[in-house]
This record gives sequence, structure tokens and C-alpha cells, in this order.
Amino acid sequence: MAIFADNKTRVIVQGITGRDGAFHTRQMVKYGTKIVGGVTPGKGGTKLDDIPVFDSMKEAVKATRANTSIIYVPPAFAVDAIYEAADAGIKLIVCITEGIPANDMMKIYHFLKHRGIRLIGPNCPGIISPGLTKVGIMPAQIHKKGKIGVVSRSGTLTYEVVYNLTLAGFGQSTCIGIGGDQIIGTNFIDCLEAFENDPGTEAVVMIGEIGGSDEEMAAEFIDKKMKKPVVGFIAGRTAPPGKRMGHAGAIISGSSGLAGDKIAALNSVGVPVADIPSQLPILLKEKLEAVREKAAHKKAKKKAAKKKTVKKVIKKAKKTAKKVVKKTKKTTKKKATKKTAKKKVAVKKKQKIILKRK
Amino acid sequence: MKIHEYQAKEIFARFGIPIPKGDVTNSAEEARQLAVKYEKAVMVKAQVHVGGRGKAGGIKYCAEPDDAYFNAEEILKMEIKGLPVKKILVSEALDIVNEAYVGIILDRVSKKAVVMVSPAGGIDIEQVARETPEKIMKFEVNPIMGLRGFEATRLGMFVYDDFKLARQCASIILKLYDVFIHSDASLAEINPLIVDREGKLIALDAKINLDDNGLYRHPDLEEFRDLDAEDPDEIEAKKADLSFVKLDGNVGCCVNGAGLAMATMDLVKHFGGEPANFLDIGGSSSPEKVITAMKIIIGEPKVKIILFNIFGGITRCDDVANGIVQAVEHLHPNVPIVVRLTGTNEDEARQILKSVGLQATTSMEEAVKMALEKAA
Repeated sequence: MAIFADNKTRVIVQGITGRDGAFHTRQMVKYGTKIVGGVTPGKGGTKLDDIPVFDSMKEAVKATRANTSIIYVPPAFAVDAIYEAADAGIKLIVCITEGIPANDMMKIYHFLKHRGIRLIGPNCPGIISPGLTKVGIMPAQIHKKGKIGVVSRSGTLTYEVVYNLTLAGFGQSTCIGIGGDQIIGTNFIDCLEAFENDPGTEAVVMIGEIGGSDEEMAAEFIDKKMKKPVVGFIAGRTAPPGKRMGHAGAIISGSSGLAGDKIAALNSVGVPVADIPSQLPILLKEKLEAVREKAAHKKAKKKAAKKKTVKKVIKKAKKTAKKVVKKTKKTTKKKATKKTAKKKVAVKKKQKIILKRK
Repeated sequence: MKIHEYQAKEIFARFGIPIPKGDVTNSAEEARQLAVKYEKAVMVKAQVHVGGRGKAGGIKYCAEPDDAYFNAEEILKMEIKGLPVKKILVSEALDIVNEAYVGIILDRVSKKAVVMVSPAGGIDIEQVARETPEKIMKFEVNPIMGLRGFEATRLGMFVYDDFKLARQCASIILKLYDVFIHSDASLAEINPLIVDREGKLIALDAKINLDDNGLYRHPDLEEFRDLDAEDPDEIEAKKADLSFVKLDGNVGCCVNGAGLAMATMDLVKHFGGEPANFLDIGGSSSPEKVITAMKIIIGEPKVKIILFNIFGGITRCDDVANGIVQAVEHLHPNVPIVVRLTGTNEDEARQILKSVGLQATTSMEEAVKMALEKAA
């Protein structure tokens, strides 16, 4: 199982004929992703390998029944590309493009939310459900099918973490890069919620970084709504304040967005945070073992408790059964007398009425 | 991108927000002449990219033109929070009846522009929020509908009891929202917004932060960039489309991806070293970018080692390897290079690196440890 993208995902590549678009389209096809078409305005009717290219998303979706799109076009056109995908009926939009203005993203975010369309990104590596599909730019060979969900604000740092997980034997259910911008379509909580509800996910690795308060909000969500174990990593402990560290969203402004605060928030709800990426698999192992032990303990307790309760229940049942029998006997008698009394009254009333008429 | 008060006021003026008369200069003599020209008392204000200028002595009232001269001379010699003052704004001094606050920020949580107003102006709004939160009204703007007149009026009436003032305020809030949207700002702030003796509202101060991602559609605002206020290496990096932040250590880092670049710095520190910089060579990295990156790194004499940490995705390892080879051939760096490569086209990359005698590891930790050993 996986979240958001699986083997039913049918993808259109927006910007399929560009350098990056074409390169990563071929990589996705190689992985087994169902790339059903591409869009580059002005190049409709041509083909990239065997993939048909269309002039517009409307035509592409109509011809291919696609439900997903991935966007590789430059920032000046990416905003339009997102709206066009939404307009064409796409339900999952993955936007790789970096550099979309926040003002545009505010509008896009609320527009898509209103229509129930999921946007992953922008400024993200996309999503991969190992063994099922890859809608993104991540190197496929480092992934392995499994039960760990990965969600991250970063691209390459996610690869680093996944690489470490795979080396340690932890396969992944789905890995999502949610993007490094200030305003992104899908946040930590959306992913955590989906992973919690996904029977194919056993635990979650969450990779945050400086800037904003998404990690703190995620910690609150984990505390209140999650049962599955979560382990974390936060990048930017050594980042100076006031400087944008590459990502538009990775900036410590004043005293907010510090790595230390995020680590503390996660720790306070029982989420261990790794000091270095290679520690993550170790923490994950510990957490999973603890969960399994707890579960085993609970089962044992339940079994023991069940034996006792079964006996008790039988005893109780016998007692109550006796009581019930007695009670029902009494009440039926009472009810019967009441009924007959009522009938007598009714008969008398009728008799009176007849007498009056006479 | 941060811009100066005088630049923000220039934008305000374009959108019709009333501002005091003023001119920017870098000479004390000109400050005196401006005071003479205005025929009244003036304020001399340091133009630097930090808050708290007033407290630091960077804003002075000058009753006479001579005062303007001396104060300007003094302020132009100042450093405020480490930043030298290179320009001053000389503007007419106004009689202040009342000070209020009006600001708009990009709120990451609600994913909306949030308008904040307060009748308590002239002081740090964060302080007001902490101490007297009831004096602040916040309003989340529906980004699709935009800020409407009735909403601005409601905000204006929170600030002023007098309806005439409230209406003026509402009009300024609407104009400020236009500034915010049409300049692609992440913050637009008037603190204080004052009422003068004639009952007119004037933006006494102005602050605008611009969203870097929006700058491509505002070439006029890009010109506001103060190259004096930025590190020359950071400017060069920006030209080459690299993200670079200078730090204090001796381990030069060259990484693809911001998250991994931060994690690399953290790892250097974790193993007892000090990173010399944050450098993200970005997504589809061409060899030219790698050359520029190396040039910037070895330009810092403190640097004792160059650490490449590349995890290929949209970045192809062979592109980076070609860049490293070309950079080595062109720049002849006299510090050792440690390379870590994993991901897209890594085998090709390894072959390319062999030609200049470089070996690449696959583990980030190993590479960092190696770099620290060589730097020691």
C-alpha cells in the first residue's frame, strides 16, 4: 500500500520536451510509471519516444484519462500550468519547479483546496511509492519497497535519508518531498495523517528544516492523532539567523524557525530526532522494537485477562439470567393485570355511551 | 530582499500613500542644504537593513540646518548592528498628534496575507503583541477575493474612534495591500502611521521586504538591491544562480540541494569542524556553475579543504564531475578536494573524476570525516 500515488496513477508530464522534462520522463518510464502523455504548447501531435505530446492539458486528459500531472516548466509558466492541470480535472499535481512567487501560491493553495485537488510542491522532488510508481525526480535505485513512510521539506537530503534507510534494510511505502517554499500545497500534517491511515505504513520518518512552524504543528498533530511511531531529522542547526538557506522557506526570522525549537517540540511528544542522518535507521529500529514489545505485552495481558473475564462473564451471565427470568415472570403478570384492567374500563365506557344514546 | 526606507517610501508614493517630504543623500553638506530647502526642522535617518535604528542613535531631530549637518556627519560614521551607514534620509519633521501601526505580512500558517493594525504605533509590534495583544487586530485576507473596502474600514475603525480618520486609514490599508500584492512583498509595514496637526494621516516610516521569487517580474524593484549591504561573494554566487551564505569556518562546502547543504554544515560541526559556507549549486547544475562555486570557495583564504557532497536527482553527477575537472584544470586550487557522489549517473561521474586523479566516496559521513582530517 502507499499514499497519494500508486499503480492507478496515470501521469501527464507538463513540459515534457524540455531538457529536464524529457530526461526525467524517460527515468520515470524506466521505473514503470504510467506516463500516458505530455504537454508542450506548440508541439502537439509529436511524440517523445512512444509518448504522445499534446498542446493543452484538456486534450491530453481527454485522450489519456490521466489523473495526475507533473510540472517541469519554468517559474513564469508554472503558475499557469498548475491552474491548467486543475482545470483539466487532474486530481494530483506534482510541481517540481522552483521559484514560484508566494503571492501566486497563496491563490493557488486556496483555489485547489476548494476543489479537493492535491498539490505536492512546488520546489520539491515529487513522490515515489517504491515498486508502484514514481512521479518525481528522485534517483529510483536508492529506494526499496517496504513499510516506512518518508516525508521531507528537502530534496537531496531526502535521498540521503532514504539511502541510509534502504542500506539498513528499511524499505519505504511512500516517500514525499513536500517542498522547500514558504507556501506549499501539501504539508507535514497531510502526509502524517495519510500515513497513519495507510495499512501499508508501519512508521514514519519526518525530515524538517529551519524556518516556519510546520514541524511544531506536526508535533502537536503526532501527539494528538498518531499511533504509529515517528522519528525525525531537522537540518540547519548551524544556520545563521536572517539568511535564506537556499530554500525560500528556510530562514530563521527573529527568534522563530530555529532548529532547536523544532527538535524540542518533537522530543516533547516522544519523537526522537537524529543528530546525523545515519542515526535515523537506528532510532527507527529502537522505536519499532519498542512498539512491537508493547504490542506483544498488550496481547499477552489481554489473553490473560480474557481467560479471567471469560469465567467471570459466565458466572455473571448465569446470575443475571436467573434474575431476568424472575423479573420477566413478575412483569408479565403485572402487565397482564394492567391490560385486563384497561379493557374493563374501555368496556364500561362503551356501555355508558350506549346508555346515553338510548 | 530587503530594501531601504527611502526606497519603500518611493513605492508608497507610487501607490498614493502619503509620506513626508524627503530626500536621500550620502553627504552632510547636502543634508544641510535639504534642511534649508524644506525651511523647517528635519529628521536625519540612517538607511540600513536593520531594525532599532532609533534606539541605536541612527535617527536624529534637527531644528536648524547646522544641526542637520552635524547629525548627518555623525550618523554617516556610524555602524548599526555591524552594518555601516552609507546613506541617510533627510525628511521634514512633522508634528505628531497620534501614532498607529499598519502592516501586512505573508502568513505561512494560514497561507494568506494577514493585515495587522494597532492604535499603539511607534514601537515594535512584536512587543505590543506580547504585552497588550488586545490592542492588535488581525485580519486574514482571502487571496482570491482580495482585500475589500468594508474589511479595510472595519480595520480602520479599530484604530481610530473618529470616523474621518478611520476612513483615511482604510484607504491607506487598501493602498498598502496593493503595494504588497503588486510588489510581490512578504512584508509591508507602516510604523508609525501618524496623524498630524491638520488631521491628516501620513506614513512616517516604511518597511518592505520583497519575495525573492517574485523579483523576476519587477526589474524596477531589482534595481533597489543595495550591493553595498551584501557580501560580494554572495552577489557573485547569485549571478551564477547559486545560493551562497558566508560563514566563519575553514571547510568549504559545495553541495546540491539546500537541505543537504544545511545537513552537511551540521555534520561538519557535529564532527568538530567549522563550515566556511553554505553553498547550494541547485538543481540542473551545469559545469560552469561548479567552476563559479569553486572559485568563490577558494577565494576565501581561510578555506583549507573543499568538500563536495553531491546526491544526484535532477542534478546529474556526471555534470558536476565535469565541472570539478574543468575547475581543477582552470583554477588549480591549492587546497585538497574531497568528493562524495551518489545518485543519477554516478558511475559515469566516477570515470570522469578518475581523469584528474580524484576518487569519490559514496558516504557523506566518510567524506566529512576525510575532509576534517585533511583540514586539520
